[in-house]
Amino acid sequence: MNPVKTIDQAFWYILGVSLVLLVGITVVMIAFTIIYRRSKHPDSADIRGNWKLEVLWTVVPTLIALSMFAVGWSSYTGLRTVPPEAMVVEVTAQQFSWLFDYPGGKESEGELVVPVGKPIRLNITSVDVVHGFYLPAFRIKVDAVPNVKSYGWFLADKIGVYDIMCTVYCGTDHSHMTAKLRIVSDDEYRQWLQKN
Amino acid sequence: MDAIGMVKRQSFYETPSPAGLKGIWAWLLTRDHKRLALMYLWAIMLWLCIALLIGLSLRIELMWPGGTIMKAETYNAMFTLHGVIMIFLFVIPAIPAVFGNFFLPIQIGADDVFFPRLNLMSWYLFMFGGGFAIISLFSGKGFPDTGWTFYVPFSVTTKTNVSLTVTAAFILGMSSMLTGLNFITTVHRMRTKGMGWMQIPLFTWSLYATAWVQLLATPVISITFVLVILERFLRIGLFDPAKGGDPLLYQHLFWMYSHPAVYIMVLPGMGVVSEIIPIFSRKSIFGYKAIVYSSLAIAIAGSLVWAHHMFTSGISDVSIFVFSLLTYLVAIPSAVKVFSWVSTMYKGSIQMTPPLLLALAFIYLFSVGGLTGLLLGAAGTNVYVHDTQFVVSHFHFTMFGGTGFAFFAALHFWWPKMFGLMYNMKRAYIAVILTTIGFIFHFIPMMILGLMGMPRRYFDYLPQYATGNFLAGFGGFMIIAGVGLMFTNLLLSFREKNLAADDPWGGTTLEWSIPSPPPLHNFVGVPEVKSFPYDFSMVGKDAAPTIQTRETDERTS
Repeated sequence: MNPVKTIDQAFWYILGVSLVLLVGITVVMIAFTIIYRRSKHPDSADIRGNWKLEVLWTVVPTLIALSMFAVGWSSYTGLRTVPPEAMVVEVTAQQFSWLFDYPGGKESEGELVVPVGKPIRLNITSVDVVHGFYLPAFRIKVDAVPNVKSYGWFLADKIGVYDIMCTVYCGTDHSHMTAKLRIVSDDEYRQWLQKN
Repeated sequence: MDAIGMVKRQSFYETPSPAGLKGIWAWLLTRDHKRLALMYLWAIMLWLCIALLIGLSLRIELMWPGGTIMKAETYNAMFTLHGVIMIFLFVIPAIPAVFGNFFLPIQIGADDVFFPRLNLMSWYLFMFGGGFAIISLFSGKGFPDTGWTFYVPFSVTTKTNVSLTVTAAFILGMSSMLTGLNFITTVHRMRTKGMGWMQIPLFTWSLYATAWVQLLATPVISITFVLVILERFLRIGLFDPAKGGDPLLYQHLFWMYSHPAVYIMVLPGMGVVSEIIPIFSRKSIFGYKAIVYSSLAIAIAGSLVWAHHMFTSGISDVSIFVFSLLTYLVAIPSAVKVFSWVSTMYKGSIQMTPPLLLALAFIYLFSVGGLTGLLLGAAGTNVYVHDTQFVVSHFHFTMFGGTGFAFFAALHFWWPKMFGLMYNMKRAYIAVILTTIGFIFHFIPMMILGLMGMPRRYFDYLPQYATGNFLAGFGGFMIIAGVGLMFTNLLLSFREKNLAADDPWGGTTLEWSIPSPPPLHNFVGVPEVKSFPYDFSMVGKDAAPTIQTRETDERTS
């Protein structure tokens, strides 16, 4: 399955439950402040705890948290499981640009061009400081660490142009260390490969 | 009240300690925990104001694409400064050094901390560290520009004055450790007769849990900073892949301290809220023991989750599994605390005051911070939002919305006790509301920008991020206006001289049983310890329904 989908599902699950909890806590808090204001409720009750309630609100959040962990983990495995037929591109980060090396010896800077419909494996490293390869449209982010080979992959399922940005602060022009991913048709890709 | 009013009251302001010190020396050489707390207070408020203004300059810069009021180099130095000052000179020391020093001994019925001289030394280390930080800006080859995380290899290769900045952080770490050591010893050895572990007020409990983290985690960052300096001068190659070193080792060492450090930052704030909610609900805290144990659980579990800052760094999938799981477990004790606070208000008799409003804002903002943390803790979603504006927004909700608001709450809560003066309530409310709305207006756009994929530490941005950055700027201005009004209002209390009663809120812990401001020796007689620190059943009906202020100034009579 396309990891973009599973990650988004995990995202909405965690966000949804969080919103319910947040609204619940806030509404109850405001309601208590109004209902039990001193002018209307001069005498307070002497309640110091309730072990059943406390056990309940320890156990239930634990279960919710574990479910979130599980959903998050399973969506993560999708990012790490590269389909065997994936096309491999070597990505090298340097201050302040991205270099892409293709199987046939083709090299490009600042532009990653891939054919539509293919899974693409990116082998990522850096030649100077730590950078972060970020392709938000496909939910992938992989740090480029000198002397470390890391990887990520995505399914190039839709023709279009997408942003690539650097996410690990790397110096003066960190915010300008961007590149474009162009997903193109097979024909266009072949033509692009042959250009110089 | 009247009986005490007849007697001439000498506060610690009128009694130097050690005796005989005059003028400025009565402060600079003092060993009185209360004077030291105030010396910390002024220094820390100054740092906060500086760092807030730097933050505003960043926000203005980002309101329009490209360079607006500064260059990229300046911007990078500014966000580094903002982070370093906020973290090391405000958020970490704020509540323990100011309110911990002032109230921890009083809450346990002690005269002072166990090591008063060491306490003075901590203050000097704090000031030296701050001084070093300033010197590091204006010496060497320019402002440090690494971000407060000082990631290698960048921090080793950049030409700017990183060595001196990390030296400053090293010295500040010493100060933090010694304060922690002092608090632990004080809680163990100085508790008054009758105060067992389950009679300790929750603020002191939170400081005690924090102190252990300060003592045990800070050495890790100190050593790491020494290694960065050695790397810069001697090229020992520990973090240099060309020499067989590993940049990820640095990240591990850094976060091994800096993640526990976020609990150093927020636990004392939780302690403050645990004091405020019961007093203004006039009702016992709900689940005292659960709050105590959750503080300890946060301190312990919080020390074992550091690598969740590194999910995209190339660490193994096994580590990601383990650290993601542990991260979720540390969320539970925080949730327990929030539920306990809200339940404390159930069937209470709630009196709205500025400190309570701030505490409620804390609960809301901290909940947002905690819940957004859930998206960061899950491995798959973490990859998407890590190192984006979302993270920046998330930790501002916990650090500013959490610790910052708790600091403001503590200021308004204990101001009458520390100075014997009450501030103007109306202005305080306006300031709180302005700050809260400004905060939301600032950090919600930032959160959305992060979800749209805008990375952090960006001087410039792609066109799709323009609107959010423009809007967030207004929030920035509102925060500055709110905090400015808040501090002005507090300072005006010195001129308005509305004297506060000894127990203006109707509290049950020991600091409310002594005069405002307290005398040099906090307690005249043996403090009377309740079997349960939050027993409001005696405060009940005969207590004054409104906030008490004193009519005349007995101190000058």
